[in-house]
This record gives sequence, C-alpha cells and structure tokens, in this order.
Amino acid sequence: MSISILGARLLDPANDLDRVDDVHLDQGRIVGIGTAPVGFEALRQIAGEGLVMTPGLVDLSVSLREPGQTRKGSIASETQAAAAGGVTSLCCPPNTRPVLDTTAVAELILDRATVAGHAKVFPIGALTRDLQGEQLAELVALRDAGCVAFGNGIGGLHNSRTLRRALEYAATFDLTIIFQPQDHDLAEGGLAHEGPTASFLGLPGIPESAETVALARDLLLVEQSGVRAHFSQLSSARAVEMLATAQARGLPVTADVALYQLILTDEALADFSSLYHVQPPLRSRRDRDALREAVRSGVIGAIASHHQPHEDDAKQAPFGATEPGISSVELLLPLSLTLVEDGLLELPELIRRLSSGPATALRLPSAGIQLGAPADLLIFDPAGQTLAGEQWLSKGRNCPFLGHCLPGRVRYTICDGRLSYTT
Amino acid sequence: MTAAKPPLQLNDQGQLRHFLSLDGLSRDLLNEILDTADSFLEVGARAVKKVPLLRGKTVCNVFFENSTRTRTTFELAAKRLSADVITLNVSTSSTSKGETLTDTLRNLEAMAADMFVVRHGDSGAAHFIAEHVCPGVAIINGGDGRHAHPTQGMLDMLTIRRHKGDFDKLSVAIVGDILHSRVARSNMLALKTLGCPDIRVIGPRTLLPVGLEQYGVQVFTDMDQGLAGVDVVIMLRLQRERMQGGLLPSEGEFFRLYGLTPQRLALANPEAIVMHPGPINRGVEIDSAVADGSQSVILNQVTYGIAIRMAVLSMAMSGQTAQRQTNSESEEQA
Repeated sequence: MSISILGARLLDPANDLDRVDDVHLDQGRIVGIGTAPVGFEALRQIAGEGLVMTPGLVDLSVSLREPGQTRKGSIASETQAAAAGGVTSLCCPPNTRPVLDTTAVAELILDRATVAGHAKVFPIGALTRDLQGEQLAELVALRDAGCVAFGNGIGGLHNSRTLRRALEYAATFDLTIIFQPQDHDLAEGGLAHEGPTASFLGLPGIPESAETVALARDLLLVEQSGVRAHFSQLSSARAVEMLATAQARGLPVTADVALYQLILTDEALADFSSLYHVQPPLRSRRDRDALREAVRSGVIGAIASHHQPHEDDAKQAPFGATEPGISSVELLLPLSLTLVEDGLLELPELIRRLSSGPATALRLPSAGIQLGAPADLLIFDPAGQTLAGEQWLSKGRNCPFLGHCLPGRVRYTICDGRLSYTT
Repeated sequence: MTAAKPPLQLNDQGQLRHFLSLDGLSRDLLNEILDTADSFLEVGARAVKKVPLLRGKTVCNVFFENSTRTRTTFELAAKRLSADVITLNVSTSSTSKGETLTDTLRNLEAMAADMFVVRHGDSGAAHFIAEHVCPGVAIINGGDGRHAHPTQGMLDMLTIRRHKGDFDKLSVAIVGDILHSRVARSNMLALKTLGCPDIRVIGPRTLLPVGLEQYGVQVFTDMDQGLAGVDVVIMLRLQRERMQGGLLPSEGEFFRLYGLTPQRLALANPEAIVMHPGPINRGVEIDSAVADGSQSVILNQVTYGIAIRMAVLSMAMSGQTAQRQTNSESEEQA
C-alpha cells in the first residue's frame, strides 16, 4: 500500500535527520522524502502535524514463548504487542521448548513471524545444545537459518573451558555471542538483590559479585578469543564500571539494559509483589542510577524490554515459587519516554538507544529514514499519553506498570510499509 | 507512581485482621497483644482452661513445614478459645508449590474456615495468602521462610516483660544464625518497636545478613564482647545443614566460639535470663548446664506461647469480623 505521511517531525539521529517534512512509502520502501516521486499516488494519507516519525524501534530481547509455552505467549500475540510498543524488529531468546538449537526451530519461528507479519523477528540461537552448556549447537547452520547471535541464557556456561572453546569456535565464523553474566554458584538459590530489602524480607540474596565475577571471566575470555561480544541485561553499577573500563581499553564490546532496570529498584519488593520478581534481580538505587548514567554516556548503547510474558498462574504463588520476568514490550516507547521526561536523555539520544544502538550491536539491518530503505517506521504523538493496560495485546499481564499514565502515544507502527499498529 | 496500599494486616479501624509480621505494627498494638496475653495466662492456670471467645469458629492449622511446638501451641490456644480446630500437615511438592498452596487454602476456605494458621517455607507465603488467596479469612503467620515468625516474636517479648519489666532500660543479645532466622527478624522488629535501647546481634559474618543496621542493632562477631552486661540472651537454633557450603566448619567450632556456656553467661548481667525458641541443640548452641540452669526461661516461653497465640487469634478474629461487617454494610449502601 502506498502511504504519505505529511508534515511530521522526522527524527533519525543515525542519519542526522531532524526536520519537518513529508515521507512517501510504496512497495514496502521509503520512495520519497519531501517530494513524492513522479506518478506516486498515495492510497492513504496520514496527517503528521505534531507527530514524530522515527526509525522503528529495535528490541534485542522479546520472549515470544513459541514453540512450547503458548500459555504465556505466542509469536502472533507477542509480536503484535511489540508493534504496539513501536517495535519493528526484535530478537527472541533461545529458551523456547524445544530450545532454539536446531534449524527446524529457527525456521518455525521465522515462518510463523512472517505469517503474523507484525514485526521482523531475528532469532538468537542457543550456544549449546538444549542450553545445557556441554555440547555446542550447530552454530553455522543456525546462522544460515537466520540466527543473528548466540547465547546460553542467564549465567551462560558454567564450565570456563567449554566457554573458551565455544568463543573460539564462534570467533572463527565471526558470530556474535550474547552474555548475561551471572555466576551460577554465587547466585544459586537467590531470589533478590542481596541488600537491606532482601534481608528484611528474608529472601535469599543474589550478590552483586554474582554478576561481576562472571563478567570478569567473560571479558577476559572475550579478549583472548577475539569474539564479537554483546553483554545483555547488566544490573549493577560495578558491572557497568568494568564494562566501561574494557571499552576504554579498546575492547569492542556492546551492552544493553532492561528498560525496567532503569526505573525500578529492589525497594519495589517491599510487599513481596511477584510482579517485581525478575532475573537478574532489581538492584539498589545506586545501581539503577549507574545504569541510567551508562545509558546517557553511551557505555550501554541499547535499551531492550527483556519482555517475558507469563500466564497469571506463574505469578500467583509466594514470591520464591513464582517465575521471574516482566511483560513490557508493549510499553517500550511510552515507558522509555519517561527517561526524557526525567531529563536523563534528549529525545534523539533515546531514539538512538532504541534503534540504531541495538541494531549496530547485533548487526541487524536498520537503515532508518532514508530514500530506498525498508519502511520500518514509528510515528508517535509526543504530547499524547498512554494509559498502560487500557488495551493489552500481550498474553502476559505480568506488568507492574499497568494502570500508570505514561508520556507519549504510539500512533502508527509501520513494518515493511504496512501498518502493523495504529491507534 | 501509585498510591500507597492500606496496611494488609489491619482493618479500617487499625485493628489486627491478619497477623503476618510485626513490621508496621505500633507500640500500642504490641502492648495490647502482650496485655491480652497476660490476661489469658490466668485462664491457663484455672482448672477449666476454656473461654468462649471463638465458639462456633473454625481454625485451620495448615503446616507446609514440620513443627511440633508451634503447631501444638496454636492448637491448644484455639481450643482454649473454644474454636473448632483442624490441623493439616501438607508436604510441599517441589514442582507445583504455588498451585498446591492456593488450591489447598481455597478448598479449606470453601469449608467455611474462619482462620488459617499457616507455616510455609517460602518467605512471604502468609502475605501472599492474605492478599491474593483468602482475603476474607484471618491469616496468622506461623512462620514463613526466613522472613517472620511474629507469634514467636511476641511470646519472646512477653517472656522478657514478665521477667525483666519494661523494655526501655534493657540490653538484649540475639546469638547465632541470624541470616536464616525468622525468629531473629521478628525479635529485632519487636524490640525496636517496644523501645529497647540496646539490641545486639552476635554471630560470625557468614550468618549475619547484610543491612542489619536497618533494625537499629549493634553487631558483634565476638561473643564475649557482645554478652557483656546484657539482661537477656536469646539463643537461636543452629540447623545441621549450615555445616555445608562454607558457612561454618563444624558444630564443635561453632560451640567453641558462640555456644552459651556458664562461663560466658557469667559475662552477662547476673540477673540475665536465657531464652531459646526451641528445639534446642544441646552442646551446639547451648550448654546443658545453661539450658537447664536457674537463669533459663526456655520452658516458660512455651507456656507464654499459648497465651500469646490465644491473644493473637482472638484479636485477629474480632478485627476480621469487624471488617467483614464494614464491608457488607458499605456494599448494602452501594
């Protein structure tokens, strides 16, 4: 369908674009910025006055729960929720059932995502078979089937020798490895950040050192192997400091943070609400502030939702018996606009952290707003508001922000030139 | 971003309707519990030990963790209040803990139970039940994970008050495995609320949780220093499994460093009392000469436990009933 969006503020910091102009789409691509090509006729015109158009958001971690956990979510439901959050491209982690360690699973996910058509899906493959940490998955075959990076979930590989070999093998083929550093032994049995709140509630703690000890090992092995590495979901101030030091020494490592980690702290656990049960855990105010600062400075170049939808039962139990995770991709844009509202970031910087930043980290296609590029776009109303949960497309209602009034409102999400979401 | 929730365990009039933890309870309320328990102690001394306060009410003891003392004293307390009592020992299945808990309690609720006494291995279990499973039934926390054991906390306070008088001049030491102890957490909160000016905790760093300063306590790793001049010594039970994973080398070394012997007790105030929530490990945390000695009030604690539980059961039942009346009246008006 041919679409003209007239008079919106075009904002694409990666292409140095920030002006009010018209954009014309046809056959899934941007065919005109300013003037339309000769003979172009728009089947649909969108009045863009007062709206902002940016590249579609890129989310590095959205659990789709399919195959295997369709009580929690499906490829159709969760990609639709992502479109509502302004997302046009997303990566899904390998912890499906069966695990994403074979090309068959990768193909199934990609086929169903194409049928659903709400967002472009880039699977992350399992580094080892069944995520067991012992035998490597067929990484090259998985890459050829569409996996853009490989990870082994939180904690990664227990065995440092296996990890070293896995990294060397991956480096041979220039594959990207995703680390979620957490030392298995230091974190074992833990439910919450080791600090005054966990002590008061009697919840077993996960010390900061669970993250930093693993991160130190991972950074050293990344350096030795020369593998492309991305650190995901960092949670502590000290870890961010270590990452910054490594980057300053010239190690080309990138990082992302879960959006909710920039907003919440472990104090939210005070009445045992399982909605705040996440892994890695919410940490202290000091940690949260350091994560925010790292996003501002660019040490952390990507913000991701780390969307983990659950069925209601998974959260209906005493804290320790509930499953960790927050369903939040649907709020990716409005929730991140609170960072602009708080004065942490200017809007262009935020858009970078939500589009070109993550795309660059995992080498995903993201051309932004330029002539000939795929029309993956987000159009939002910066003066509007989103009442979280007013509509809810994700199967998981496990979101502590439901009922909150958030700044900004997604008006149109456009994926490959088609409207994947409108309000 | 959201308004503060009303306190879960109080009704609109500020009376107990559940008893989940001592956090957020006022000094007046704790004193009311102690005063009520004092009056019930006299009931226990009579030939006919029953009062009709809970006649016609059904109290279910639901224990997901083993217990003898707590379960029995809750049972006796409910019976002395003339309630109908059933006790269930539910073993926790590892896979579907949550569902078992919810379903078990909803089934009991459907049998028109008025009150649940719950012990569970997960911290926050009693809160979860009161908030999400059976808000209309009074929930009494009989111990949840490492979090709270509020009736034990209050029976310890009753013991201290009856033997030592007011809290405002006392020095109290809590010794041993603070990290894993719900009793220690409840005691620290109760002592602070009741105005105890000198609360000490004593143990090796592996058994002390981080952030103890929030309880307003002084931390000692040296037993002799910590015991100097104290009026009350509360010893905690040391679980055998603490010898694994590097927390402690052996029971012998623990006893050598933190065991309460007559020699160590001599460092405390000569009038000091010795308490223990039980069951005691003789020769691990406490020497038999101390446990059976003249300063030990360990068995008195058990007696007081019944009175405290009678107080809490009767207060929570009346608070919950009042709340139900308020709720049904406001529904009628609407």
